[in-house]
Amino acid sequence: MKHIKAINRKAKRVEDYVAAEHGDVFALQQGPPPQQRPHYPMGCSLVFSPGWEVDATGGTAGLCQPVERDLYDCYISCFWPAQVPDHLNNYPDWTSKCASATKDWRKIDLVFP
Amino acid sequence: MNTYKLGEFHPFSGAGHEYLYLVPSGAIFALDDLSSAIINRLGEGECGREELVSSLTAQGFTPADVEEAIEELYQSHAIANGNGFPSEIQKPPMPFPLQTLVLNVTNQCNLSCKYCYEFGEDRVATPEGKPKFMSDETSRAAVDFLLANSPGRRAVSLTFFGGETLMNFKVVRSTIEYARQQAHAAGKYIDFSLTTNATLLTPPVIEYLAENQVGVTISIDGPKEMNDQLRVFSNGQGSYEIIAPKVKELLAKHKSRPIGARVTLTSQVVDVKGIFRHLTDELGFYEVGFAPVTTSPMRLYAIGNDGLNNVLEQFTELAYEYLEYALRGEHHGFSNVNDTLQELHAGVSKSHPCGAGLGLLGVAPSGDIAPCHRFVDSDTHKLGHLTTGVDREVQADFLERGGIHRKPECHTCWARPVCSGGCYHEAYVRYGDTGHANLHYCDWIRGWTHVCLQIYGEIAARNPKFLEHFDERSQYRER
Repeated sequence: MKHIKAINRKAKRVEDYVAAEHGDVFALQQGPPPQQRPHYPMGCSLVFSPGWEVDATGGTAGLCQPVERDLYDCYISCFWPAQVPDHLNNYPDWTSKCASATKDWRKIDLVFP
Repeated sequence: MNTYKLGEFHPFSGAGHEYLYLVPSGAIFALDDLSSAIINRLGEGECGREELVSSLTAQGFTPADVEEAIEELYQSHAIANGNGFPSEIQKPPMPFPLQTLVLNVTNQCNLSCKYCYEFGEDRVATPEGKPKFMSDETSRAAVDFLLANSPGRRAVSLTFFGGETLMNFKVVRSTIEYARQQAHAAGKYIDFSLTTNATLLTPPVIEYLAENQVGVTISIDGPKEMNDQLRVFSNGQGSYEIIAPKVKELLAKHKSRPIGARVTLTSQVVDVKGIFRHLTDELGFYEVGFAPVTTSPMRLYAIGNDGLNNVLEQFTELAYEYLEYALRGEHHGFSNVNDTLQELHAGVSKSHPCGAGLGLLGVAPSGDIAPCHRFVDSDTHKLGHLTTGVDREVQADFLERGGIHRKPECHTCWARPVCSGGCYHEAYVRYGDTGHANLHYCDWIRGWTHVCLQIYGEIAARNPKFLEHFDERSQYRER
């Protein structure tokens, strides 16, 4: 808090509680926060990812989003180096030729670091 | 609703800083100029958010800062909107694990202090026909009871009390030995302490207490002329001459634990500073705690309102002396201020005034269980027996009546997080009901808490490092 300063232990607990209630999302690249707060990475843990699901017939045709959207799951919202290039630092243009994932997904190529 | 109003708090200042003591959370926040201006504006009356922002920007603050400060004050409950915040009183989990057991190893005493709550005119004990000395068998049962009823606690305390504790020193010693073995077997740490009038301290007793790291509190009311007013033998002879050399020997030889003095203030004994100087500088006590006598108001030794005001003035002077020491990072033995600062630092918010009947219980020589040592041997307040355990219904009734939620007079008081209505025993002696709020000392509690808040604010601003030693003393100790 900026305008009031926690002085005793209870005030620090109140401050931690408020931070946990209202400041639960922050960017990973900002470095460690001044004190431990719960944090939820955006992306696979929270977003519905069609590539990991099947539709009612056991296939992928009837999903509400195209299966190719899965490519972005690990690219834009949550960097997962084992699967796709990292958008944040090294491959910001990896999907620049892919305007629409359902049509252009073949234009996303391999990268060779 | 977007109309803002002040939340519940007590404002205070220290070293030029403005602080809020928030109620009922017990949190202490320091204000900057902007948040202070918002509090001042809302002090004039409720006001809508837009009006609040515009009146603050007119004072030169940026709208973004004002919005941010309003949000912070709101989140901490310093300001409220609409109907305010729901007040929920969290009740302690039951059965509550025991922390401390007080063994009244005897109800006999070799002194006849006129104000004694065990023998005096306001006694609640009914010891007639009951054992006068605790047996080894009973004390062992008490140790087993403590260890069995303290699940989840790594460390527990056993306190020996009386009557005069040392009149049954034999049992104290054998109990300590037994408790050590049993605690070790149960994987717990056990701590020992006792309170004594010092008349029976002998070199072997002192040596034993020192070797076994038994915490010792001496009941003494100051220099001879004050101590001997009411702390007398049955023939009326004062006790000071007998105890002074024994206390000096104890303080010289018992170095394994800090030794404290416990002073009872009465209408005849109110020179707080004089007593403090004598007990620390001349006798060498590490700390001194004072408590006004518990009595009905008509007793000659009762302290009236004027007397209490006088005591508060002296407490305040001594508390500011404590502050000077604290700013230099030095120990000062005024334990009343130290204990209150400890609670303010933690930010306690009590559902009940103390641990009696919860984490603390008293045991009579007969094995009867009482809410605390002050109710031991009273048939009216018996909570159970070591052989049959705590009667959970009686205990629940005692705690239900003693909870802050049942004391409407307290619900508008800003000092309720630390007071919660005050001592059950005091309430019973004054009002005939352990669940009654101690209304006769409300002004005293608020006055004293305010003084301690100011001292806390000064220390927080000028020597915050000093407050760290309250972190180490994490457990609030029952007295």
